[in-house]
Amino acid sequence: MPAGTLYRGREGMWSWVAHRVTGVLIFFFLFVHVLDTALVRVSPEQYDNVVATYKSPIVALLEYGLVAAILFHALNGLRVIAVDFWSKGPRYQKQMLWSVVGIWVVLMFGALYPVLGHAFREVFGS
Amino acid sequence: MATPTLDKADAAGAPEPGFADSPYITATFRVRRFNPEISAESVWEDFQLEIDPKERVLDALHKIKWDQDGTLTFRRSCAHGICGSDAMRINGKNRLACKTLIKDLNPEKPITVEAIKGLTVLKDLVVDMDPFFQAYRDVMPFLITKETNEPTRERLQSAEDRERFDDTTKCILCAACTSSCPVFWNDGQYFGPAAIVNAHRFIFDSRDEAGEQRLEILNDKDGVWRCRTTFNCTDACPRGIEVTKAIQEVKRALITRRF
Repeated sequence: MPAGTLYRGREGMWSWVAHRVTGVLIFFFLFVHVLDTALVRVSPEQYDNVVATYKSPIVALLEYGLVAAILFHALNGLRVIAVDFWSKGPRYQKQMLWSVVGIWVVLMFGALYPVLGHAFREVFGS
Repeated sequence: MATPTLDKADAAGAPEPGFADSPYITATFRVRRFNPEISAESVWEDFQLEIDPKERVLDALHKIKWDQDGTLTFRRSCAHGICGSDAMRINGKNRLACKTLIKDLNPEKPITVEAIKGLTVLKDLVVDMDPFFQAYRDVMPFLITKETNEPTRERLQSAEDRERFDDTTKCILCAACTSSCPVFWNDGQYFGPAAIVNAHRFIFDSRDEAGEQRLEILNDKDGVWRCRTTFNCTDACPRGIEVTKAIQEVKRALITRRF
């Protein structure tokens, strides 16, 4: 069956899609995070082994992705709260979304060194 | 009167080949067709038209139906953006065919026309509107008052009180908003933006006395709380109603009980 076209929604729809996707990603992180932290009660040595694997550059990249997801979800969450509780929120939702994206870009740039600095030195030497 | 008649006479003539000033262009309309008597599957069908880009998508559909394929099925009544019959998805977005000019759609590429989403397609561009109107009826879209007003007296209202719900009086029930809502696509149980807009029109009317009742109807898991503020409804509304804003006002009225 030839599918219908994708609905061409605007900023509001795509911010909602991104909010959902980042929310699910954060849920999966929390799932893993609870598991690995719970491991310390089972075997501290195994816990150390697992956490040691997190020092690899690939995991650092994943962490950067996690920062991206959490920052967007948190900032857009503030926007959604403003849309819910501020009477002028719905009228300024697009401007608020672009502010969210702007702040997100700045913070992602700021997170580059703290999150990826170690991995960068590991891969390219210092 | 003379000028429009002249224009019309010009437009009615067939486009002359090689005539440099011809307003006509060749546009392709890609219509998503469905006929349950032929197949359970829908198909995309292309129609080529010589048409003035200043005409509307509805005119193009008329030309297809009248000149090329009489089986093409769609709803339209007034053809002037008031009756709300011809909401459809044109180039991926909900619009009224009678308010969409072809020149605003990039006619270089095929223009896609399909039925609105989330409601059962009956044939071609016609959908079953019953669930939509049922949600509308459920919010009791009529004035409810206690019998304190003398029947021969008008119900007075200040200009400010009238202004409070002015935006939501504009609704023509075309379903462009409700069928643009991702929540409604996934779960047809949601009241949908149009029903909430029409509840808003009475909840915030100072003459109406059933605001509490309407709020309770919408204080449901399939009521206003399902709204995820995607703003598709506000973008789709052919009457320019700030639909999401109205829904948010109903949500806040439920929290504060002030309306």
